[in-house]
Amino acid sequence: MIHLAQTTGGFFSWEWVFNHLDDIWDRTVEHLILTAIAVTVGMLISLALSLIALRYRWTYSPITWVTGILYTIPSLALFAFLVPITGLSILTAEIGLVSYTLLILIRNTVAGIDGVPAATVESARGMGYTNRGLFFSVELPLALPVIIAGIRIAAVTTIGLVTVTALIGQGGLGFFILRGLNLFYSPIGTTQIVVGTIVSVALAVIVDLSLVGIQHLATPWSRGRAAA
Amino acid sequence: MIEFLGEVLAWFGDPDSWIGPAGILNRLREHVQLTAAATIAAALLAIPPALWLGHRRLGGTFVVAVVNIGRAVPSFAIVVLFLPISIRLGLGIGFWPTFLALLFLAVPPMFTNTYTGVAGVDPDLVESSRGMGMTDREVLTKVELPMASPVILAAVRVATVQVAATATLGALVGWGGLGRFIVDGFSVRDNVLVFAGAILVAGLAIFLEVLLGWVERRVVPTTLQSRSDIVETVVA
Repeated sequence: MIHLAQTTGGFFSWEWVFNHLDDIWDRTVEHLILTAIAVTVGMLISLALSLIALRYRWTYSPITWVTGILYTIPSLALFAFLVPITGLSILTAEIGLVSYTLLILIRNTVAGIDGVPAATVESARGMGYTNRGLFFSVELPLALPVIIAGIRIAAVTTIGLVTVTALIGQGGLGFFILRGLNLFYSPIGTTQIVVGTIVSVALAVIVDLSLVGIQHLATPWSRGRAAA
Repeated sequence: MIEFLGEVLAWFGDPDSWIGPAGILNRLREHVQLTAAATIAAALLAIPPALWLGHRRLGGTFVVAVVNIGRAVPSFAIVVLFLPISIRLGLGIGFWPTFLALLFLAVPPMFTNTYTGVAGVDPDLVESSRGMGMTDREVLTKVELPMASPVILAAVRVATVQVAATATLGALVGWGGLGRFIVDGFSVRDNVLVFAGAILVAGLAIFLEVLLGWVERRVVPTTLQSRSDIVETVVA
């Protein structure tokens, strides 16, 4: 309660920001690395599970059921489940982060492939495409807009969740938020909370726009037709 | 590992873990009360304007922007950010910063889902209702609202689960609730407490999701049920 009485002065200190630009940069890079690992691993696992679900239809419902439960578990609880097993490590953070990407990525991959017109698949078969060639040269490219839409959601969600991993000793920009929490009664604390929040949101927006750009480059045939 | 799970079970078996102000029952009550208060307040704030704007088909671009930015804002950051804000507003620590953060996080998805639900009603249907002589008000209450009800109910379910999940983080800003076990467990390095807390928090979230999903299926006519697929979901 003594702390509360000391709550005076400004809310935001530019001085702190200018003195810690290196620090902010390092944490931003760490944040991006944690995100990139999670989304990449999530994509690989999701692609494998989507292929299984597409090949054996009956597996789709149990796969979405399990990944749906993972998605429902609050992040702090999921990390808490893992800490007794894998400790306060980057592995704990990544297992949790990857778990949250699966539902979105699998749903969009399966929906994307299902959305490829039957006539297109027929013509490709008529042209002599084998199963594998059909999947990689026809179905996957045509499903890309829907798949990338899933990757965008997964990436933006992961960037937000990385901040929570500060509580288990990781965190990227979440580090500032957690340190700000411990110094909440002073401008130094509130500044760090604000910086952690704003840079993390900015990162999400930049990554999201970059993925829109990648989609634009990767699917030249859909330009001008499909908006977003 | 077996030994560890045995300790967790023993913790749940101990009556002292359940009773008293720091017991499971009281923490659960705190958690559920705050979740209900924040969800109801958010619904009252979000749904009426969303119905009206959706009915007028106004502000679609704004809605898309809210959805995109809303997903990018980390709930952890918002809970922490509302601590100094609440103190400066003279509301102190604990309940208020958590409540305000939950409100802030629950209003946008509830607003956008309701908006999308109403604005997404088949224009032909709206047109024919007007042709039948319905007033503006009747179109909204007798056509658009029932048609959008599955989406609105799904939005309430999603928001409730998200609020219950985020309420866990309230333990970081002096609030009780089930998150207390995890946060306290972390600070005293008691893995049994951490794990037990995780079971309680995850159990509550899954329970709410299943319960509200069941209510939804009971209430919404089967012919309208597929529409709830368009609801935006968020992890907390």
